[in-house]
Amino acid sequence: MMSVLRPLDKLPSLNTATILLVGTEDALLQQLADSMLKEDCASELKVHLAKSLPLPSSVNRPRIDLIVFVVNLHSKYSLQNTEESLRHVDASFFLGKVCFLATGAGRESHCSIHRHTVVKLAHTYQSPLLYCDLEAGVQWCDHGSLQTRAPGLK
Amino acid sequence: MDSYDVPESTPSASSRPEDYFVGATPLQKRLESIRKHTSFIPTPPRRKVPQCSQLQEDVDPQKVAFLLHKQWTLYSLTPLYKFSYSNLKEYSRLLNAFIVAEKQKGLAVEVGEDFNIKVIFSTLLGMKGTQRDPEAFLVQILSKSQLPSENREGKVLWTGWFCCIFGDSLLETVSEDFTCLPLFLANGAESNTAIIGTWFQKTFDCYFSPLTINAFNLSWMAAMWTACKVDHYVATTEFLWSVPCSPQSLDISYAIHPEDAKALWDSIHKTPGEVTQEEVDLFMDCLYSHFHRHFKIHLSATRLVRVSTSVASAHTDGKIKILCHKYLIGVLAYLTELAVFQIE
Repeated sequence: MMSVLRPLDKLPSLNTATILLVGTEDALLQQLADSMLKEDCASELKVHLAKSLPLPSSVNRPRIDLIVFVVNLHSKYSLQNTEESLRHVDASFFLGKVCFLATGAGRESHCSIHRHTVVKLAHTYQSPLLYCDLEAGVQWCDHGSLQTRAPGLK
Repeated sequence: MDSYDVPESTPSASSRPEDYFVGATPLQKRLESIRKHTSFIPTPPRRKVPQCSQLQEDVDPQKVAFLLHKQWTLYSLTPLYKFSYSNLKEYSRLLNAFIVAEKQKGLAVEVGEDFNIKVIFSTLLGMKGTQRDPEAFLVQILSKSQLPSENREGKVLWTGWFCCIFGDSLLETVSEDFTCLPLFLANGAESNTAIIGTWFQKTFDCYFSPLTINAFNLSWMAAMWTACKVDHYVATTEFLWSVPCSPQSLDISYAIHPEDAKALWDSIHKTPGEVTQEEVDLFMDCLYSHFHRHFKIHLSATRLVRVSTSVASAHTDGKIKILCHKYLIGVLAYLTELAVFQIE
């Protein structure tokens, strides 16, 4: 059975928010999750990591409040993985519960994906796009269409 | 796969018409969108114009033969201020004096260095895309022969040339006093390149910066050069990927018979005379999936660092070698575009 992630199929838990990070790079997701959990949050924050969607149906998990798709601009594979995973997300998620995170833009020479591709992807799904770099000491060049940066990260 | 609309003539349905104006350069469009506080809907990176343009009629193939089969290191160069083609002899003299002075300072002393050098500036006729492009010029350092009986030219120690092929988007934005030659190619000792670079920067108030070619552009080059019709193939089509892993990165090399590569491209290519983003993506995806089927490795998760075809070969560090004189202008046009993009 093709399982599609739906935003309202479970009851919300009190004072808890769950974020699902989807991406191919395990180390990156782990680092991101650790940084997020260190931040002060009004409610209890839970972060789930997944390589791709669909998620296994056997696991008991809380309701997902936000899905963050992490695309590594250095890897076409990570973009293809994201595009595949997007098919398993219910349309109502895209009313503000999905976000795209692009990493690796700072190192232009290593990019295999054009920035415009992810901008267009985010635009197609009407969801925000954030740029973020988890490598230390990366030189940022001027990208005209750079939007916001994720707080707490470089 | 993304599908891109033709830029500038038909705005895509999702964008607002006022975000576009016909004929705007990418820089102008970006400035306009910032001024209006609107979100910048991107135009496609490019929809390639015909890739194999013929060499200009007035270029003697013999004269440009020395440009082929040599490895060139690429730099992008900002426009030169108050450069004049009629002063080339003067520039030769000044640069010669400068180089000798620098070398005597002991800044770039190599064992057995010969200080008897001669610098020659010359124009390269016909190395341009349109009539608007400024004339390309060449700088060479030759070693002067010690023996008085031998009055022939000495050995070429260093070669560098400046050109601009289809540089319209840059030419439009600069004023009269500037000469736009955004692409600089150098062959020879790095120390010489540094000295000459310093002289140009001081004399013409310009700025050199190394031109790197990222994996995205390398895949475009692979597709375009495979698409070129070559009478006989001088080299196999080869790709090199770098796998990021610790402690040392792995390199994966993939060699294809050039005729097979061409056959693959022909089966993908639809619009004659143009290369689109989808075709490039599909071409690379075919190679990736073939490799994955045999080796269970996702090449798409690695970084493409080198592409080698019978037309030309390019390395991500900004090194290029052009093998086919028929497509010399075509290759240079793409490189000029990358250089202009880096300047902007």
